[in-house]
Amino acid sequence: MTDHATAEPGKELKGLESFVADWSSDQEAFKRVHWGKAMMWIFLLSDTFIFSCFLTSYMTVRSSTTIPWPNPSKVFDLTIAGHEVPLLLIAIMTFDLITSSGTMALAVNYGYRRDRTKTMLLMLATAALGAAFVSMQAFEWTKLILEGVRPWANPWGAPQFGSCFFMITGFHGFHVSVGVIYLTTMALKVKRGDFERRGNYEVVEIAGLYWHFVDLVWVFIFAFFYLW
Amino acid sequence: MDHEHAAPQALPQQAPDKAHGQQHPLGIYFAIWVLLFVLSTFSYLVDYFGFHGLLRWALILMLMWLKAGLIVAVFMHMKWERSPLMYAILVPPLLLAVLVTLMSIESNYTYWTRVIFFG
Repeated sequence: MTDHATAEPGKELKGLESFVADWSSDQEAFKRVHWGKAMMWIFLLSDTFIFSCFLTSYMTVRSSTTIPWPNPSKVFDLTIAGHEVPLLLIAIMTFDLITSSGTMALAVNYGYRRDRTKTMLLMLATAALGAAFVSMQAFEWTKLILEGVRPWANPWGAPQFGSCFFMITGFHGFHVSVGVIYLTTMALKVKRGDFERRGNYEVVEIAGLYWHFVDLVWVFIFAFFYLW
Repeated sequence: MDHEHAAPQALPQQAPDKAHGQQHPLGIYFAIWVLLFVLSTFSYLVDYFGFHGLLRWALILMLMWLKAGLIVAVFMHMKWERSPLMYAILVPPLLLAVLVTLMSIESNYTYWTRVIFFG
């Protein structure tokens, strides 16, 4: 991957070779932006479209069904000391994820300050909060499944509720789980001094972008699925 | 594609970290953090107090966009990025408005078809 025959005059490249040469020639669309950061943003953009498709299809099935939609405020309530508190678990999950976004932002900052220990600890804290989020989600899924929610049916109303719920929160939970693994790996690399040698802590910021995106998606899921 | 192997003395576009990177005072992160907490509490209270109808939807959407904006602008540093990246990332999602509009027309049609023909 070192020497491309890109701009060599007189030499004609054909087919796939010319395609590769053109696309790998020394061109930059985003000047002074780390390539990894640009790529992460483009990935997140595509992920935005995926989640938007889920949320749009949820909108479509919810507004086209003639059977009433289950009331999320009732479905997701928890009974604490005899009181029914609406959406309690979801609220805790929201705050948990926001907190993890905060620790991640600090980790990025300390990375650029070359404070390896703080960066690593904050990243691990972020991953731990993420793991807590996934655990709460597992609890929520278990509760709903025991109450009889299935992708094709539920006891309270429109059957589409189940399929939307499992699809949207499942995909988001999957993203969080991947993020936990990603952040843990990066935290260990920070500890080992990989980025010190490379003289570049941008990798921490890129991991942070992914994590903030997961929080961002939750903002939309919270608003449209749980509150609407 | 690890650039360590490709270029021993990292190329400029691969190493914008050196002098700058995204370094901002910690205070701004804490401020946004608190703000996100407050906004989330508000959106939770929308449900807790059981607001209904237009007021509920307006509040939910407003709080949602505020939170999303803060996360993207500050936590994801979009506010400090170069404008080509900003436009490349923030403009394409606007197309989703077309999808949402089309699907809401479509679902309206489906709804009335169901009401009229299937009771």
